Amino acid sequence: MEIGLGHYLTIAAILFSIGMAGIFLNRKNVIVILMSIELMLLSVNINLVAFSQFLGDMTGQVFAFMVLTVAAAESAVGLAILVAYFRNRGDISVDDANLMKH
Amino acid sequence: MISAVAFYIFASIAIIAALMVISSKNPVHSVLFLIITFISAAGLFVLMGAEYLAMLLVVVYVGAVAVLFLFVVMMLDVDFVELKQGFLRYVPIAGTLAAIVVGELIMVVSVWVFPSDAELARAHPSPKAMEIVSDPSGPNNIEQLGLILYTDYIHYFQIAGVVLLIAMIGAIVLTFRTRKGVKKQDAVKQIGRKRSEGVEVVKVKTGQGL
Repeated sequence: MEIGLGHYLTIAAILFSIGMAGIFLNRKNVIVILMSIELMLLSVNINLVAFSQFLGDMTGQVFAFMVLTVAAAESAVGLAILVAYFRNRGDISVDDANLMKH
Repeated sequence: MISAVAFYIFASIAIIAALMVISSKNPVHSVLFLIITFISAAGLFVLMGAEYLAMLLVVVYVGAVAVLFLFVVMMLDVDFVELKQGFLRYVPIAGTLAAIVVGELIMVVSVWVFPSDAELARAHPSPKAMEIVSDPSGPNNIEQLGLILYTDYIHYFQIAGVVLLIAMIGAIVLTFRTRKGVKKQDAVKQIGRKRSEGVEVVKVKTGQGL
């Protein structure tokens, strides 16, 4: 059976939905939310590489490279914010992170 | 045939591990399942012929990002059981939304057709492209990527470097703190010290103490 573009796009769609569901399910846990975002970015990368491969154009892989860079930077800054927040508040519950409202 | 089997193995492992990432009780297990997902995705990249990005995924994600997650999860003393509360309450809405999104995306994918000229271009590549592809000593994946990354996309490449630099500075600034009670050498204070502050001449009368 031939594995085509549709197969890879389907896998990416499923991974993206899992990441999206993860954000809803773990609404209190910022660490798992960050991991869900990583999953969604990974599925975008799979899409970019799949199109790059099946259209025979390397540009998609350059884009995937950029997404990888930004994802790494995002998780580093996100975890740094998390550590700073934990130092100030003593926990990481998102429900309590509404100081700006008051 | 063998690539189809490999595809299904990598894909099913990636999906099962991704489900475990969002549903496991212990965040440490979540990170470990995230690593499995990334490695399976790297396998899919190899199947697609993007070897360099596959290796990059293993090095950057498994080697750096996942280890960073693991550090933070283990460093923060958080009651994760409490954070897990309300998990079941959101299962219906999360499941519904995920099902809708995946259904829509698969619908789009299943009716996907390339524009006819793109199909034509794929079916009849230019003679130069055919020459490059059919030449076994021609540029491999990483050489092809380098050939366009350092020429056509050099500015994007440099901006990626700037993004990483800013992220590094940001992470350091965010987590930097001056601890109280730590004795440190202050060079400016030392050099700025005058003789009059350091030495005191005292005349002591004979027979009397100070």
